[in-house]
Amino acid sequence: MSADYLFPHRHILGLGDLAAADIDFILKTAESFKEISQRSIKKVPTLRGKTVINLFLEPSTRTRLSFEIAAKRMSADTFNISGAGSSTAKGETMVDTARNLAAMNPDCIIIRHSCSGSPGLLARHIDASVINAGDGAHEHPSQGLLDLMTVREHKGRIAGLKVAIIGDITHSRVAHSNIIGFCKMGAEVRVAGPATLIPPGIAAMGAQHCRSVRQAVSGADVVMTLRIQKERQQDPLLPSLREYAIFYGITPEIMALAAPDAILMHPGPINRGVELDPALADGPRSVILDQVTNGVAIRMALLYLIMGGE
Amino acid sequence: MSADASILLENARLLDPASGLDEKGYLLVHEGRIVAVAAGSPAGLELPPQLRRIDADGRWLAPGLIDIHVHLREPGEEHKETVASGAAAAAAGGFTAVACMPNTRPVNDSAAVTCQIMAAAAGAAARVYPVGAISVGLQGETLAPFGEMRRAGVRAVSDDGRPVGNSQFMRRALEYAGDHDLLVISHAEDDSLSRNGAMNEGETATRLGLRGIPAVAEEIMVHRELALAEYTGRPIHIAHVSTAGAVDLVRRAKARGVQATAETAPHYFTLTEEAVGLYDTRAKMNPPLRTAADVAAIREALADGTLEVIATDHAPHSELEKELEFELAANGIIGLESALPLSLALVRDGLLSPLQLVALMSTNPARILSVPGGRLAVGEPADLTLIDPDYRFTFQADQLKSRSRNSPFLDWEMQGRAVLTIMDGRITHEVVSVHQG
Repeated sequence: MSADYLFPHRHILGLGDLAAADIDFILKTAESFKEISQRSIKKVPTLRGKTVINLFLEPSTRTRLSFEIAAKRMSADTFNISGAGSSTAKGETMVDTARNLAAMNPDCIIIRHSCSGSPGLLARHIDASVINAGDGAHEHPSQGLLDLMTVREHKGRIAGLKVAIIGDITHSRVAHSNIIGFCKMGAEVRVAGPATLIPPGIAAMGAQHCRSVRQAVSGADVVMTLRIQKERQQDPLLPSLREYAIFYGITPEIMALAAPDAILMHPGPINRGVELDPALADGPRSVILDQVTNGVAIRMALLYLIMGGE
Repeated sequence: MSADASILLENARLLDPASGLDEKGYLLVHEGRIVAVAAGSPAGLELPPQLRRIDADGRWLAPGLIDIHVHLREPGEEHKETVASGAAAAAAGGFTAVACMPNTRPVNDSAAVTCQIMAAAAGAAARVYPVGAISVGLQGETLAPFGEMRRAGVRAVSDDGRPVGNSQFMRRALEYAGDHDLLVISHAEDDSLSRNGAMNEGETATRLGLRGIPAVAEEIMVHRELALAEYTGRPIHIAHVSTAGAVDLVRRAKARGVQATAETAPHYFTLTEEAVGLYDTRAKMNPPLRTAADVAAIREALADGTLEVIATDHAPHSELEKELEFELAANGIIGLESALPLSLALVRDGLLSPLQLVALMSTNPARILSVPGGRLAVGEPADLTLIDPDYRFTFQADQLKSRSRNSPFLDWEMQGRAVLTIMDGRITHEVVSVHQG
């Protein structure tokens, strides 16, 4: 990393706000932090005395835990607030919640919320740094970054790679962050899935819409499949999970169309046998658990850069 | 309420779309009515005592502006707006009459609620024409008592704020409204297509991760309303048209003789969906702000007469309803005090003549709603608006008469406004710089 580079962001609201140089810097920082998690004593004093609040207003286990482990490995004090649904469901507005939290002088608030744009609303009403841990169907930047890190680790580069993202693109904030991130870093992104789950204007985000999974996966260096949310079946988007598995699930036969050294990714949790064949999930091409490991490193890097970075 | 002393407006550019008059002249108000209006000078005219003479200095004198689509929030949500504060905002914006939609709490679906609104309007700064509900409670199940509400003062019926989903119900509403000489105003939206949407469907919504409301949600319902109007032979008025497709449907229906009229609002010809920016709830409304192509189509339709009315859809909301996550925030913006300046831009752009603008904001609304006004003619009520098309000002929150501040136009530099509003012979709004003789 260049010595005169200063990370210019106080909040991490989405990859849409980050320049390629910022993303590169975050990835390099995370790579240097990854080793800490492999020590027997997995703790450094970097963020000692800093207060991090996990404000998870939508259920989450793995992302919340990943952020908490990241913060604790940097010696920050962490506090968890959880609540189902939106802030108004509890009778308090988001802005009031923000003001109350601000009064306790935290250094960073990590927010997960079912409404798109809510991290920005929080950031406008609080002095602390804000990290978006997933907002509605908008972005999930730390997930996008850990996916970029995992790909770079396995492929040595991102520019020029062919990345296929398969599944529910419309409702997936993971897909949105990945499309933005991979495009910014010079990869070619293709998306495929049922037409009911591909949003209008996806080309404007830089992705190429393929009419079939086969077309998207052919020659791909990275195949990323997304979790199908079973609740989406209420809206007439899918006839059945069975049909989805047959036409849009990733099977060994589909995977054989990808580049010989292609890797397979999934943001988890997996519906085994729906979007992904169980044998593939546990097979040699799967980097799914590497994604989880890298998640901690990326989140350590983000906390460091917005709170303690010098 | 007694009318002020008689008023003589001199050196005004008289704009009367009904007669085609566009000339410099004078107008005399006496006992709440227009008693003289003519080109030239009032020399030789017999003038009443206690006369206030106003030198209009070439400014435009129009029949009072009429807004046929506002929400006044009384009864039920007086913290957002009352009939009195809404009428004051109307007067400040150059309006002398407004038609208020029935989605109050309780809903204006009975003569009792209509009477309550009429009582609140007595002495207000603008004439208030309540719009009754089409269905009881806006539920789309039982017809509201059109006859009783008509007797109490409603001039039109609408379930505005929500569509009438059932086509048979809408057909019956059109038929029954005919018996009581009521205009049916349609909120055209297929809510199975728009449901839970927060902004226009398209690239911007995808980028922001917001569920979209497609243009076709509006267009399908406009198509149904036009078909029902044609079938029943009853007039329909389409509220807040926002898409190029809807404009096209209205244009073609009119060409084959369907009794259809339609309105749009200044935000639909001024802003695109880009105004949502990064989740700015002041740009959240329904129908949503659309694309540049839609804006171009709306502007063209105002110029060619397809859209006959500029209304505001004035929808006051408190900070409480707007300072929220975008998806949870209330729909709607205030419009009474920004409508005329924003519409005058269309004249400056060469799209409309001053006469066309006055027709869109006064003459046509009066005709469509069958209410007095809309003309500069002897014997008409003295409802007048004096417009200074060159007046420059900043549209500022602390100068608004409305109780709410939810406008995407705050802090905009604007050109042109009403400098004098006269309703029923009484001055209801006056900018200090109006010259006095």
